[in-house]
Order: sequence, then C-alpha cells, then structure tokens
Amino acid sequence: MLIARDLSKEYRSGDNTLAVLRDVSFSIPQGALVAIVGPSGSGKTTLLGLLAGLDAPTSGQVILDGADMTAMDEDQRAQLRGEKVGFVFQSFQLISTLTALENVQVPLELRGERGAGERAAELLRRVGLGDRLDHFPTQLSGGEQQRVAIARAFANEPRILFADEPTGNLDSETGARIVELLESLNRESATTIVLVTHDLTLAARAERVIRMSDGRVVSDTLSEVAV
Amino acid sequence: MATPASARPRRAAVWPRLFALAWRESRTARRRLLLYMSSISLGVAALVAIDSFSENVIQSVHEQSRALLGGDIVATRNAARTPAVDSLVDSLRAAGVASATSTNFVSMALVPRTGGTRLVQVHAVSTGYPFYGVITTEPASAWGQLQSGHNIAVDPALLVSLDARIGDTLTLGQATFVITGSLENVPGDIGISAAIGPRVYIPERFVEETQLLTFGSRADYQTIFKLPSNVAPAFFMARFRPRLLAGANGNLQAAGYNESRLASAIDQLHDYLALVGLISLLLGGIGVASGVHAFAMRKIDPVAILRCLGATSWQVLTIYTLQAAAMGLVGALGGVVLGLGIQFLMPMALEDFLPVDVTVHLEPSAILLGLGIGVWVALLFAMRPLVALRRVSPLQAIRRSADADALRRTRWDPLRITLSLAIAVTVLELGLSRADTIQRGVAFTAGIAGAIGILWMSAAALSWTARRMLRPTWPFPLRQGVASLYRPGNQTRAVVLALGFGVFLMGTLYQVQHNILTSLDNRLGEARANVVFFDVQDAQKPGIDSIIRAGTNELIEETPIVAMRISAINGRPTTDIVADIERERREQRAAREEGRGGERRERRGPWALRREFRSTYRDSLTRSEELVAGKWFTAPLPNGLGQVSLDSSVARELGVKLNDTISWNVQGVQVPTVVTSLREVKWSTFAPNFFAVFDPASLAKAPKQFAILVRAPDATAIARLQRDVIAKYGSVSSLDLTLVQKTVTDVLGKVIMAVRFLALISLGLSVPVLFSAVAATRRERLREGVLLKTLGATRRQIGRIMLAEYALLGTLGALTGMLLSTGSAWATMHWVFRQPFSPAIGPAVMVAGAMIALSVAIGLLTGREVFAETPMAALRAN
Repeated sequence: MLIARDLSKEYRSGDNTLAVLRDVSFSIPQGALVAIVGPSGSGKTTLLGLLAGLDAPTSGQVILDGADMTAMDEDQRAQLRGEKVGFVFQSFQLISTLTALENVQVPLELRGERGAGERAAELLRRVGLGDRLDHFPTQLSGGEQQRVAIARAFANEPRILFADEPTGNLDSETGARIVELLESLNRESATTIVLVTHDLTLAARAERVIRMSDGRVVSDTLSEVAV
Repeated sequence: MATPASARPRRAAVWPRLFALAWRESRTARRRLLLYMSSISLGVAALVAIDSFSENVIQSVHEQSRALLGGDIVATRNAARTPAVDSLVDSLRAAGVASATSTNFVSMALVPRTGGTRLVQVHAVSTGYPFYGVITTEPASAWGQLQSGHNIAVDPALLVSLDARIGDTLTLGQATFVITGSLENVPGDIGISAAIGPRVYIPERFVEETQLLTFGSRADYQTIFKLPSNVAPAFFMARFRPRLLAGANGNLQAAGYNESRLASAIDQLHDYLALVGLISLLLGGIGVASGVHAFAMRKIDPVAILRCLGATSWQVLTIYTLQAAAMGLVGALGGVVLGLGIQFLMPMALEDFLPVDVTVHLEPSAILLGLGIGVWVALLFAMRPLVALRRVSPLQAIRRSADADALRRTRWDPLRITLSLAIAVTVLELGLSRADTIQRGVAFTAGIAGAIGILWMSAAALSWTARRMLRPTWPFPLRQGVASLYRPGNQTRAVVLALGFGVFLMGTLYQVQHNILTSLDNRLGEARANVVFFDVQDAQKPGIDSIIRAGTNELIEETPIVAMRISAINGRPTTDIVADIERERREQRAAREEGRGGERRERRGPWALRREFRSTYRDSLTRSEELVAGKWFTAPLPNGLGQVSLDSSVARELGVKLNDTISWNVQGVQVPTVVTSLREVKWSTFAPNFFAVFDPASLAKAPKQFAILVRAPDATAIARLQRDVIAKYGSVSSLDLTLVQKTVTDVLGKVIMAVRFLALISLGLSVPVLFSAVAATRRERLREGVLLKTLGATRRQIGRIMLAEYALLGTLGALTGMLLSTGSAWATMHWVFRQPFSPAIGPAVMVAGAMIALSVAIGLLTGREVFAETPMAALRAN
C-alpha cells in the first residue's frame, strides 16, 4: 500500500547541508497499524511529511496505493491526499472559525461531494460527539477536539491515515481512549494507520514498530519477526 | 465506515461548496477585513460624488440653457443699433421671430436718502424680456410692473450696502427711479458676482434720460430673439449675423453654444477633482494591500490544514479571494452610499459658484462606474498579497516556520508580477481616462509612480541605514526599536508608504493654499490705493482733483486712457490683413475637410486687429511689467514717428515684431508709431495694465479719459469721497477697492475651508490605511513582546521599544512626504497657477508633526495587546 524506497532528505542553509533522512526504505501493506518511533531529532516527523506527500524528498521514491508521489506536483499530491489520505495532528489542527460539523465537512466540500452535512454528522456521532455538532473548537476539550479531528480524517474514506503524535497534547486517560478509537476504526474499515510517536507505550499497541535514529531506520519489528 | 462505491453521493460542482466554505471560514476575520477594505471607501465616495454631481450640473445646464440666455439667440453689439438693424429686427418680427432688447452697462447708483453710492451693472430691458426662464422678485409683482414707469428692481445685496429700502428713490446718471422690488432669482446669476457688481433692472426707454451713454461709453446692446419652432438657430445665425453686427463689434450666441461652453468648463473642473478622487483611491489601495497582507499572515495555519486535507493551490486562492472580494464589495458599496450623501450636499456648498439651480438625482452610470472601479482596485491590491497563500506548504501543519518564511518563497511569483503589472496598467488607464490630454494623463501616472518609488526607496534606505548605524552602546529599547526597522518581514516599507503618501497629499494642499494666499496678500498689500475713479473726462479732472484734495486723501496716480483702433500694420490696412487671415483659415478648413491639410497654421487672430484698444502713455515702466525685448522710450525718434511698447502676447496675436510700424486710429486721427519694445505684463495685479503703452509725446494731445487712484484714510472717507464726486460728476464711475478686497477674501475663505475639508478627508483616509500597514506584523510583535515580558522586560521598556520604532517610521515617512509635497506644490504653482513659489515651512511642519503623532498613536494602540497578554501565552503558543 505504501512503499518508501531509498528516501533521503537534506536541508541546505548557506554552505551547510543537513541530512535529516538517509536511505529509508520499507513497505506497509493495506490495513496495517504501524508505529514510527524515535527520539526528538530522529527524523520521524520529516519522514511522515514525505510519506504523506506534504513534502518532496531530496532523493528516493514514495509510492502510495500504486501512485508515485515523487513524480507529482503539489496540486496533484493535494488531490491524491483528498482522495486517499487522512490526517490526525498532535495539535488537532481544527479550523477555529468552523464548527465541529463544518470542520468534518471540509474534505468532502473540497471535492464537491453532495450530502457532506449528513455524512459529517454521522461520523461525529460515531466518535461520540453527536451532541456537539455546532460547537467551535474553542468550546471543546482537548480530547473532544482530537475526536473531531479523527472524524474529519475519516470523512473521505481514506485508504491510509497518518497520525502525528495524536496523544501528545492529551492526558493519559484521554489519550488511551483516542488510541482505542483509532484501533477500532482500523479494524472496521481496514484503513492503514501510520502513527508517529515518541511514546513507547502507545507504540507497543501497534502491530509493527519502525524505530528511527539519526535519520535512519535502526529497527523494524516486521523484519525482526521475519528474522 | 466504508460505503459501497455505488451508494456514494454524486459530485456536485466544487465551486458552490467553495463559496460556502469561504463564507464560513471568514467568520472571525470579517470585521478586520472590512476595516482594511474601508480604505477604498473614501476614494469611491469621491469618484461617485464628483461624477454624479457634474452629470447633474451638465443636465441642469442643458435643461436651463435657454433660460440662461433668455432667448434662442442673443446678438450683442458694442454700439447702438443702426436704423438698418432696427428695420431688420422689425421685419423679422413680422415674420414671426419675437425679439426683445437689453442694454447693459456699468454705472454708479446713488440713493439720495442715505447718500450711499455703489457701482452697479445696469440691465435696461424692453418688454418681453426674458423669453425663457423667470426672474422672480420680492414682492412678486415688481417684475411684471417694471415697464410701467420709472421703476427699478435691484439685487438684495445693493439694498444692504446702500442701506436702502423698497420705495426709496435711486439715481442713475440724470434719471431717478423708484426701487419697487429686490431680485430673488435671475437665471444664470452667479452668486459671488453680485458682491462685485450688483445687478439692477430698469425699463430700456429711460436709458437716454440717464445721459450715461455718451460717445465713448462702454455698453453692450443686446437683441434677444425667440425663434419659431421651424427655424434652426444655426440657419438664423449664418443668415443674419453680418447684418445684425454691421457697424460694430460683437457676437451672436445661441443657447447651445453657451451650454457647450459651460459644459466644457464643468468637464475640466470635474476631471481635475476626479484626479483627487483617484489619488484617494490609490492610497486606499495601498491600505488594502497592507491590511490583506496582515490577513494573509493569519491564514497560514488554516491554509496549511486545507492543503493537508486535499485543497489544491487554486482552491485555496479562490477561497480567500472570495472573502476579499466580498469585503471589497461591501467597502465599495459603503463608499457609494457616502458618495451619494456628499452629492446631495454639494448644491448647498457650491450654490454661490454655480450659474444654474441644480436638481440632484441619482446617476446610475456614475454609481456603477465608481462601484466597479472600487471593487476592481480593491481586488487587485488585495490579490497581490493573497497569491502568496497558494504556495503555503502543507508541511506547515506539522512543522511551523516563522510567518515571514512561510510566505517568503514567493518572491518571483509570475502571478504576483502579473498583478503588479495589472495595477500599473489600471493606474495608467484611470489617469488617462480622467485627464484631458494624454500628456496630462501620463504625467499624472508618472507623478504617482515617482512619489511611490521615492517613498519605497527612502524606506529601503532607512532599513539599510538602521542596520549599519546600530551601536551596542545605545540603550536597549532604542536598539530594539531600530532593529525592528530591518528585521525580516519588517513593516518599514508599508508604513512609510502609507504615511508618506498621506503627508504628500495633505502637504501639497496646504502648501499650494498658503502660496496662493500669500501672493494675493502681497498684491493686495501692494495696492496702496483703496478707491479708483474711472471714465474721468479731461475736462472733469481738475474738479475731481480738487474734491480729492479737499479731504485728507492721497492722490496716488492719474492714468490717462486713450481709446484707439489699429488702422494699419507695416503700411497694410487692417481690413486687408483681416481678409487675408480669414481667407487662409477658410483654405485650411477646406484642406482639413478634404483630408489634405494638417493643423491650423494661421496663428494671428482677427480679434486683436479689430478690437478697440485702451492705451496709455508713460515715461517709465511700472512694477507689474518687465521689458523683454527692445529699449524703453528715451529720446523722440528722428523720423517723427511715435513709439509704442506692446505686451508680448498681443504682439504675437497681431503678428508684429520689434521695429514694425503700426498706425493707430485715435478717434479719427492717425498716429503712426514704431514698436520699440515688448513687455511681459503681470496681469493679475491690482493696478491698471495696458496692452500698448505709448511715449508721452505721441498721445499727449489726444482726447483721453483718466483713471484716478486715491488713498482715503478710512471707510467713511471713502464713502464721502465717492458721494461728493458722483454728486457733481454723474458720469464718473468709482470702485471701492476695499470692498473688492473683502469679496476676494470672502471667496478665498470658502476656498480655504474647502481645502481644509479635503485635508481632513486625507487625514481620515490615512487612518485605516496606517492601521492596515501596522497590522501586518502584529503577530510577530505580539510573540516577541510577550517573550520579552517572559524574559523580564517591564511594560515601560516595551513601550519605549515601540515608541522608538514608530517614532522613527513616522519621522521618515513624514519627512519624505514633506519633501515630495514641496516638489508637487512647486509644480502646481509653476505649471497650473503660473505664480512664484516659496516653501511653506509652517504648514509643512504642522502636517508632518500630525502624522508622526498619528503613527506613534496607532503603533501604541495596536501594541496595547502586548501589554495585556500574559507570559503564559508565549509558553502555550508552542
């Protein structure tokens, strides 16, 4: 479903070159729940950006559901994201001027889909926020905001969902509930979930853990099991 | 969660959904965006008001053009009608062309009861006048009864200045009239002219009784015609002009001609004012650009999220352009409403200056044009900063860089460059459409571009200098404030541009006003005389001199005036020369019509050759003249010819150069002269000036009249002097110069008020523009200020930092604007008013000071949030 091939990313600042990722390769099948872990500065957020098509690598390829994202321009990647990718962020990243319902509708409206309102309401009920449709993000707790974000992430029935530190801004109890929600959605809809986190307890709940350090993959439980 | 593909809803058009999304997403930004867009409201208001009102005036002139003239055709002669003309008018009457007559001249009026005297414009009218338009009087019956006896209807201002009432007698020359009514409304009357020469109406048959129109007196003899509907004015004029004007100088006017003359004068004024409106619009555009730039900064996060969720760059641009367009439309609509309000108030403010009663009504074309231009300008200026948003990377959602970096990658954006070009083309097009010549339009655009360019460069220079000038030994608040001027994403250019432009506008207005007033003051001051007597016959002069000397009056000057006409130039009679000119003009016209010829080459005008000259003789130049060619009179010429010095523009009109000979017909006597010098005359001084000045020997024996300039010690002495002279010499006219001065000052007072009003508008315009400019880096400043507070900075220190930054910005903007305004004021005085210029330091400093204060105030006002935020906010933000 998702193939990373010899991915590298370098940043240039004046005469200095900073290599953030070096030769990262792996593949993730449909329906998997994968965690990418590593300390701060290991390159995991950069890797997430490349895998989701938010950025272009310096070298290497990312193939998402058969489409070579590295050969596409910004707008083509955006359209691909709109069709196949869902996002959950550490800081929720809801649009503050829209209600919960309207936030969830956004991906559908960007694609001009009819019935966005009904679908969004259904999704919010599914995550337990059926009575909060008209609330603005500032009127919701952290956990509620993250649930709205998850509902939004599933609005366009994504093939893959990327979560960047989804529990980073939540207390442990709320965080646990969020992870449960993600797991159940993963089971029901067979959506691939890629989690980036530095929380090892959270990572342990994934069926596969890819460990990063200094821009490289240092261990991959899949290959370890295979080994 | 998955829905089978067959059950998926059909895709509707994306765009309606984008509209909805744009509307919803704008919720918290609408008020701020509206504030930025209000920058263009004033410009739109000015355009709508000016366009609508001038349309109204032109329409009113069109509707009232016949009333303005009083008839379909008016024939004006400077000499009485000959019997031949009278019999022509009679036969025309028999053929159905109604006619009336009006003899117009200037005379002194005296009210014996009060002793008050005043120079008045006398209209001696026959029955039937006017054919169109209505002259209303108080009491209403006075006009209808005018012809029934020695009745006179007078301007109400005259009653006041002569302290007279209805029923008093009033003498004009040797005739006495009874004041039966005051004039309430005379079509075509321009209010302010009444202050100089109030009108009076008498029956025409009593003109002879006044004995005022003797040989040599100036009067206009008008015959007013009302044509039957089947006669075209053009036909009538072509057919009867030579016969109606035989034996005199004069012209024929049709209502349409008058109307087109007025219309073109109104058009010119309208174009000039519209330029002012355009400048306001452009300044507003700058405000919009700054404000929308600030708006775009705030939208970096939502845009990044949208990009993650699948929005293409064009969808992002569409969403925010829709928001800007909606608010731009509201801003422009607000401007339209304001403009309509001004339009309805304008007749009241301008009624003294307009020749017609203006009916104000809505002009849809002006409204739509103003609205369209406003929305277009707002959209262009708004889109320029907005296009940067489409390049915001979705990566911002997971890794946030500084605002300036997020939008900075877009420097060589082709879309942005296209928009800049579109703005330049729009400015040029707007300037061209309002200017009367292409050169003026291009000059206007170039001037604006130049001003903006200079402001931009001075801002860049400030940033550059600030970076190099910074010294570690300076106190921290000063260093921090100065550093703000050149840090990445600084607002130096936007604020200097907004501020400098405002100072430029206001400074120009004030400097021009100051210069005009000063030069007028000088001229008024130069005129030592406060009373002038004219039409003084040679024989009357000794008597008047003794009356003058009897009081404590000072005789300033006695200028002889000799009436004459040119009879030959270089030996060729003028009739031949005029025939030549007219033949050449006919040929050139024919050539143009056949497509052969080019422009008019014949520069001489027949007017100068046919007109009556009133000349004088002197042995010296006056202060208002300058010799530009030849030599002034010294000794008499050996060949016995007289010497004449001509005004250089008249010499050009006549086609005459130095050493040419001109033969003058001085009331039957031929006076041959040589042109020995040319003069440049300052015509707008308060002294008698002459086209032709002769050496004393040539004219000393010619029949002449005198203009006598006197200085009387006070107002009572002036009145007494005038009364004494007119009592003995009824044909002599006099003018109280202090009255003229007062009228001029009054008119200027109104002009000054208008200028102040415009300046206030400019100031009012600058406020939202400055706010927008300053708002651009609000978030950065907030973050930085809160961070400083966390690190221990006190409110006072933060206040000083802001003070340093804004004081520097304000000072630079104001100084640059001041210099620019001095330049533009000089250009205006030199090219438009043709007067000398001296920089007005006082007003310029005042304007600059006001703007610096404004800049600091706005800076501190927007910075007050920094005082309010707690340091916790800084920690939470990340």
